[in-house]
Amino acid sequence: MTEAAPNESAAVSFRHVVRLEKVEMTFGKVQALSNVDFAVGRNEIVGLLGDNGAGKSTLIKIVSGVLRPTAGEIWVRDRLLNLDRYSVRKAHDLRIETVHQGQSLGEKQPLWRNLFVGRQITGRFGFIDVKKEKEIADQLLRRAIGFRGHGINSDSTVRDLSGGERQGIAIARAMYFEADLIVLDEPTTALAVSEVRKVLAFVEGVKAGGRACIYIEHNLAHVYEVADRLVILDRGTVVGQFAKGEITLADLTARMIALHEGRKHAGT
Amino acid sequence: MPAPESARSRLLETEGLPIMGVLLALVIVFMIAAPDVFLGYRIYMSFLATVPPLLVLAAALTLVIAAGEIDLSFPSVIALSGWVLAYFTHVLGSPWLGLLLALASGALVGWLNGILVARIGVPSIIATLATQFLWGGLTTVFSQGLSYALGEVDQYFLWHLLVGRVGAFPVQALWAFAVAASLYLVLNRHRFGEHLLFIGDNARVAEVVGVNVQRERTRAFVLMGVMAAFASVLLTFENRSFFNTQGGGYLLEVMAAVFIGGTSVFGGKASLVGTVAGSFIIGMVEAGLVATGLQGFWVRAVVGVVFLAAVIGHILIEEPERRSVFVRALRDRYDFVRKSSPGGGSTERRGAR
Ligand SMILES: Nc1ncnc2c1ncn2[C@@H]1O[C@H](COP(=O)(O)OP(=O)(O)O)[C@@H](O)[C@H]1O
Ligand SMILES: [Mg+2]
Repeated sequence: MTEAAPNESAAVSFRHVVRLEKVEMTFGKVQALSNVDFAVGRNEIVGLLGDNGAGKSTLIKIVSGVLRPTAGEIWVRDRLLNLDRYSVRKAHDLRIETVHQGQSLGEKQPLWRNLFVGRQITGRFGFIDVKKEKEIADQLLRRAIGFRGHGINSDSTVRDLSGGERQGIAIARAMYFEADLIVLDEPTTALAVSEVRKVLAFVEGVKAGGRACIYIEHNLAHVYEVADRLVILDRGTVVGQFAKGEITLADLTARMIALHEGRKHAGT
Repeated sequence: MPAPESARSRLLETEGLPIMGVLLALVIVFMIAAPDVFLGYRIYMSFLATVPPLLVLAAALTLVIAAGEIDLSFPSVIALSGWVLAYFTHVLGSPWLGLLLALASGALVGWLNGILVARIGVPSIIATLATQFLWGGLTTVFSQGLSYALGEVDQYFLWHLLVGRVGAFPVQALWAFAVAASLYLVLNRHRFGEHLLFIGDNARVAEVVGVNVQRERTRAFVLMGVMAAFASVLLTFENRSFFNTQGGGYLLEVMAAVFIGGTSVFGGKASLVGTVAGSFIIGMVEAGLVATGLQGFWVRAVVGVVFLAAVIGHILIEEPERRSVFVRALRDRYDFVRKSSPGGGSTERRGAR
């Protein structure tokens, strides 16, 4: 079922991990995205900024195969996708991993199911290799997340975890599958300061590992710290793009505030 | 967390253990209350002959409810597929073809439910209520309101294969257990079952982790339809007759069996072991109550109460948030517990969120 071999990425050279061209997205009468061009280079961390409702989540859901755009093209590693056949699974096969905004785990389900759902380790006829999934999950919990001593194991359910622990699981899941592009949609909402540092360290790790990231975050100082490039979205269109060297944090902040004020006056 | 408590909670978490205990207790109560009947084996053979259709229905419905949906149309499948079986076995002279067409009719009903719910987006409670009337009505039209007696049906090998007797043992019990065991594996060990659990837990999460929500929902309804048709075949063969009202009594019984067994009314969590126990509890309570001379409407009233009590009990056990709300309400009302009660450990962790 895996059409794009995972190793393909390493072998073939490409400029952009992902590139969107003239993408439109409408929900009924709501135009969530219009004429969006957006690209993420190889080993680039892109901070995606914008007010609530600007279309950030919609954009990354298109990248990750959750939503099909109403128009436009998507290129992954400089290859045009057939959007009729693009899906979350396909995105996984293309080594794109996403931590979605808000809840991205099944609350009543054990952690081992949450780690593998959608791409289970299966034997014949689609039956899950539960033992193997649990083994890997337990390893992951001990090593990557450091949940030792919390009494948390692969059988714990998500509702037994704190917000930070939940986000840790969601990020660990994205990490485990070793993507070339990691998409993080407001991963630090409701996290304690020390946990926010962990997320930032993770993003820096993505960079150091030669991989790419789309990072959506409301705290401008945080995005500014880790991003190579900043893209500002407003009411569904890209209104600004800056390499980090081109703009100071203060200017960026002023710009975002101006956008926010402008929006209020527009009376939406 | 102190060790004894976690050991206790682990025991409570063993699937279906409490409900199996309830079933056992019930058997003992009946043995004491009516030793003549309940110390012999006949009554149990009788349960094993009558409970299978209920068990098959409840097992399949458990998966539908795990996915956060409901199917109210299965009583009409019991009627429709029973008619298809009786009619085509008679017309075509082959019970195998009758069986095949009966199962196909169940699949068709389920598929239509699936389209309505998964593709068009009609809430399943509304969609299947409507199709219940649709197929129930059509069955009366097809059968012209007549009942069929299937007196000679035991001439067929298929009849013996499905509902025959080995000694005194009713073969349909084996089929029902096989269905329950298979569905247990599907729910707990198969990709499809896991997808249903995530859809029932939170369909938006299921979608973003790559579950094809529409397709899996549709499949759940098709499975329900086919299993309802199979239950109908067992029932129609066992009774050696077809009535166009034959599904009527099952709605309450099947729901009660599933929910008594501990499957969450909110979806995302389901117990097939519980459903098996729940089916026999319902079967026994009914038989026991009838044996005590209660009239049918009283039996239904009692089952309704047991059903409700079970649902409330499970909500309090399994939904920690609701439990703490409930406990707080009790505490406010009867101001006798000043200190926080023990055993709230698992709920307190949540405060960290
Ligand atoms: N599934 C949906 N159905 C209808 N409207 C939607 C849906 N998802 C997003 N929208 C609308 O699209 C716009 C952009 O939303 P979103 O991408 O979530 O913004 P952001 O993530 O930047 O806050 C909003 O107006 C939102 O209401
Ligand atoms: Mg968003």
